[in-house]
Amino acid sequence: MTAQQAAESAAPGALPPLQEHFDATIARDQRIEPRDWMPDGYRSTLIRQIAQHAHSEIIGMQPEGEWITRAPSLRRKAILFAKVQDEAGHGLYLYSAAETLGADRADLTERLIEGRQKYSSIFNYPTLTFADVGVIGWFVDGAAICNQVPLCRSSYGPYARAMVRICKEESFHQRQGYELLMTMMRGTDAQREMVQDAVDRWWWPSLMMFGPPDDHSPNSAASMAWKIKRHSNDELRRRFVDMTVPQAERLGVTLPDPELRWNEERGHHDFGTPDWDELMRVIKGDGPCNAQRIERRRTAHEEGAWVREAAAAHAAKQAARTEKGTAA
Amino acid sequence: MNDDHVYMTLAEGHEDDTRWAYGTGFEDPLHGVDTTVPDGVDTDGLAALCLALGDDALVSAQRLAEWTTRAPELEEEMALANIGLDLLGQARLLYARCGRTDGTGRGEDAYAYFRDPGEFRNVTLAELPNGDFAFSMARLLVLSSWRLAHFEGFTASADPVLRAVAAKGVKELTYHRQYAAEWVVRLGDGTEESHRRMAAGLERVTPYLEELFAAHDAREEVLAVLRQVAGAGGIALPETAPAAGGPGREGRHTEHLAPLLTELQSVARAYPEATW
Repeated sequence: MTAQQAAESAAPGALPPLQEHFDATIARDQRIEPRDWMPDGYRSTLIRQIAQHAHSEIIGMQPEGEWITRAPSLRRKAILFAKVQDEAGHGLYLYSAAETLGADRADLTERLIEGRQKYSSIFNYPTLTFADVGVIGWFVDGAAICNQVPLCRSSYGPYARAMVRICKEESFHQRQGYELLMTMMRGTDAQREMVQDAVDRWWWPSLMMFGPPDDHSPNSAASMAWKIKRHSNDELRRRFVDMTVPQAERLGVTLPDPELRWNEERGHHDFGTPDWDELMRVIKGDGPCNAQRIERRRTAHEEGAWVREAAAAHAAKQAARTEKGTAA
Repeated sequence: MNDDHVYMTLAEGHEDDTRWAYGTGFEDPLHGVDTTVPDGVDTDGLAALCLALGDDALVSAQRLAEWTTRAPELEEEMALANIGLDLLGQARLLYARCGRTDGTGRGEDAYAYFRDPGEFRNVTLAELPNGDFAFSMARLLVLSSWRLAHFEGFTASADPVLRAVAAKGVKELTYHRQYAAEWVVRLGDGTEESHRRMAAGLERVTPYLEELFAAHDAREEVLAVLRQVAGAGGIALPETAPAAGGPGREGRHTEHLAPLLTELQSVARAYPEATW
């Protein structure tokens, strides 16, 4: 019997001490672990968030994965191949973290390909040139770091520990992306144009990665109270802009926002408003690549079914043979 | 803990060196190895060998990369990418060695991106399309067993670079063979469908064995592995006639190599003046 089942089956008076203990753990900034009692809402919020995060890693392999076979040098090919492989690894850790809460990887995968669970909207944009690989590393991995580094202190232990490792790898990816762009900016005019074009296309979708504005973010308040999440969407977005502007200057590219300027009084940059209608359309499934991303994942899953079934059948036969051998 | 540290330092402190990101700063894959060709080594033979083995590895890595986002399970995504990365690493070292020994001084990318299909020396088995997972595993089992036997012979090579490449490669190839063998057994033993597909996969691969053995005669070792592994999966190794066409070692390829190279070389050739 789990702690939660124990709580539910016990007399009504037994519940408050568990809730109290949970609240006190959160208040002391200590970690909740899989065997600890937790409110149903905390559990379901975490499963939703971790699953979305895992799905984002797996779907996120596609836009860049398209370029592994075409990377223009063997060094870039190795870097990109390893990066996309890291994303598969991140997906695995995260699905495992979700499983510590009672979720099942196969079930989460079904939910993804049936469109019942979301993934980051950013991966529904196409990668049109090799410069996109660099800009994704710089912006998308950069935004992911802004979002995820605070999650290393998330109140749920397995999630927080997974994030420590993931953030280290994301920071390599971001540096690799930025380094590719620096190299391209030192190359030919055609390469510089390619970089600017990629920056123009990815800037606004990257700002949307932090989610809707705070006054339209329905799940944020509970997540903040439970310390699953520690900064608001707008706070993280502003931090990302402040950090990216000097990097863009150093690189020699222009961020495509005429309203972008330093505000001395606020100590932050002012910047334009992303097209929130576009974000809503992409989240609802009408982005440029939603259908193809899910289709690829579905095809791989369905075409691989016979392989997974064979592995399960072999394992069952092996177990039966071992048992028979032991009994004999 | 400072949440922003990683991001803030991105553009700092690299004024004199733009190629600083982790894992990307090593221009010469043979850095630290004495690359002088010892007296008495047949440089033409060594260059041809490095080119052929480099091409086998590059073409195989390209096919493995095509599995990315298409594998049957996430663990297989990871494993196939690992194997592809190992082979890509071997190709880079072998091309670098080739450039030092064939008198041209070319770098690795010149070999990968600026040669036409007729100049590639890979065995034709490596260039065949991936087919299903069973065919890919059958091919990986054959190629890794054969390459492993080949590499084991280089641990006593007169060339120190080939010795170093082989010492690293033997460990990698032993894992590749193990991974493929486990799947051949699982699929052979698993379900009716997987058994049928695995038997078909082996039957498609065996016609290419003669081409491999003509390039490097590891017949005994390879056949012993294949019989043992197929047997453990309940499959008798098929007797098949050698495939028509080839050999890839003489630049004679199937129709599948040209499109593979068109894709691999597309960006590099579109921007020949560019630096990446």
